[in-house]
Amino acid sequence: MKVKDIVKILDARIVCGEGRQDYAIDVAFASDLMSDVLTLKNDHVLLITGLANLQTIRTAEMSDINCIVFARNKKASPEMVALAGENDIILIECRYSVFRTSGLLYQAGVKPIY
Amino acid sequence: MHVEYNIEGGDFTRAGYASSQIKKILKQSGVDMDIIRRTVVASYEAEVNIVAHAHGGAISMEVDENQIRIVLQDVGPGIEDIDKAMEEGYSTASCAVREMGFGAGMGLSNMKKNADMLRIESEPGKGTRVEILMGLGKEEILRSKK
Repeated sequence: MKVKDIVKILDARIVCGEGRQDYAIDVAFASDLMSDVLTLKNDHVLLITGLANLQTIRTAEMSDINCIVFARNKKASPEMVALAGENDIILIECRYSVFRTSGLLYQAGVKPIY
Repeated sequence: MHVEYNIEGGDFTRAGYASSQIKKILKQSGVDMDIIRRTVVASYEAEVNIVAHAHGGAISMEVDENQIRIVLQDVGPGIEDIDKAMEEGYSTASCAVREMGFGAGMGLSNMKKNADMLRIESEPGKGTRVEILMGLGKEEILRSKK
């Protein structure tokens, strides 16, 4: 699924990586625990999280995750946007809960990792 | 090749900077992407541990044609029982560390799963030394140069 479709389904907005709306993700993973995220080995992963801090971006960088949805109306700080920009990571802000975000994307065909 | 970075204890805004630099260097060196990912996940978990638990420390990396060697040395409380610390789920992390998305007792086991060799030495009250070794077989180097 492409980033532009994710944004539409979640009625969300891109705050970093506006020009990369055709980037496609294969699978999604929802977690607020970064050590769980660091166990992933898949490519083209979408991370859905309610944890909005610099370590979320660093964790994505280490795990080669190129797209993050911040649920529960969490906002990316300017420092987070700058770090994501340096590492070609797309950031999306969404007002829905992690559960609703995951449910909508699952219903639309996004596959889970486990 | 040898690089070294200082790590400030408690400074979560900088946690991961050294591992990020390490990742960039390994990418530029043409190391296999799977090896890079395993290396930086292990070094990042170790770096976060220093920020979370120690007063400060340093991380160094040496790369030659056969291996990547990363050593993290900190000044801090040390680990009283390394076997216990290796157990998944065991944690002594503070609330502040948990708020950053860590501290669930997975760091050391994540490091062990990703490193080809992991060595931890610790002296309670003084500090901890973590060594991460990653093999760079000739086949992998040849593959990455194609």
